[in-house]
Amino acid sequence: MPTLQDTTEEVLRLAAEHFKVPRETLGANDDFFKQLGINSLQALDLLTRIEQHFRIELPDYELQGVSDFRTLAERIQSRL
Amino acid sequence: MKNFRGETLSWWQTADGVIELVLDRAPCNEIASATLGELEEFTAALPGLHKTSHALIISSARSEGFCAGADLRELYHRSQALPAADRLAAVRDFLVRIHRVANTIDAAPLTTIAAVHGVTFGGGFELALLCDLIVADKTARFCFPELRLGLIPGFGGIPRLKRDVGNAVVRDLLLTGRSFNVTKAQGAGLVSQVVAEGDALQVARATAAQTAKFDRDTMVAAKKFIKPIPYEELRQEIDIFCELFTRPAVDEGLRKFVESTDALPYLP
Repeated sequence: MPTLQDTTEEVLRLAAEHFKVPRETLGANDDFFKQLGINSLQALDLLTRIEQHFRIELPDYELQGVSDFRTLAERIQSRL
Repeated sequence: MKNFRGETLSWWQTADGVIELVLDRAPCNEIASATLGELEEFTAALPGLHKTSHALIISSARSEGFCAGADLRELYHRSQALPAADRLAAVRDFLVRIHRVANTIDAAPLTTIAAVHGVTFGGGFELALLCDLIVADKTARFCFPELRLGLIPGFGGIPRLKRDVGNAVVRDLLLTGRSFNVTKAQGAGLVSQVVAEGDALQVARATAAQTAKFDRDTMVAAKKFIKPIPYEELRQEIDIFCELFTRPAVDEGLRKFVESTDALPYLP
């Protein structure tokens, strides 16, 4: 089982790769909407990548109010 | 007429007898009154194309997805512009018209295929459910978020979903308002083929070519037998939607959604 830090790092890597931004520009506490400049439709796209990558189901409503990578990683962690 | 280019969609008939209908309205094909008008023109033209066609493919030209459902902003603003006493009649009229379109596509004597990607929500999901087959790429997500705004799907979603999958799946989608990714949707029996990102239309075309090999009358008979249209439940759905629509909670939910400037629009 990966640690929260591992999962956070993996989410940061996935987001950077998918939205084509340098990994070093993203931090665990960053607001991913602002940092990636994405809207709700693109956030759903990120959710799809996360579900496929981690092989989990993450209901959208669990992401209500979540905007930073670390909290997102915590939600993923609880489903691993 | 063998082709049409409108404000929200286009369609044409290919030389090998496939009708391709492509949704193209920014940002993600939200179904507004203009879309409905052009869908009505399409369904009016459809009987004239039956004899020389064997399949219909519905897809989206928008990178964000297949269709994000009804245009809630238009619905809200149009409704607010009307005297309170006229709002219900206007909504019912819209629903009756879109059900007529939906029933025509659903019953068309063609093999119908939805080639979907990305957001396939609400009315977009209902549009896909009209089709005999759904070919989805890996980015597709399916959702009925209507309950989150105090409504039920209004374009025939519940009866058609019930026709295709088990009741537990219907309840899961409906009562939680969550979205299914393509793996979950295929597992539930909704999606016929899962393909690589960007390949849904190409695979839908190959599937349409395969169906052209079969005897047309046999296909029509098989489809009529296996895919009955749940007319009575569809009528009930319009009544329930209209009953719910008049409640102040719906007005408030729609207002919050429409006025939200957050990256994630208001949804409870």
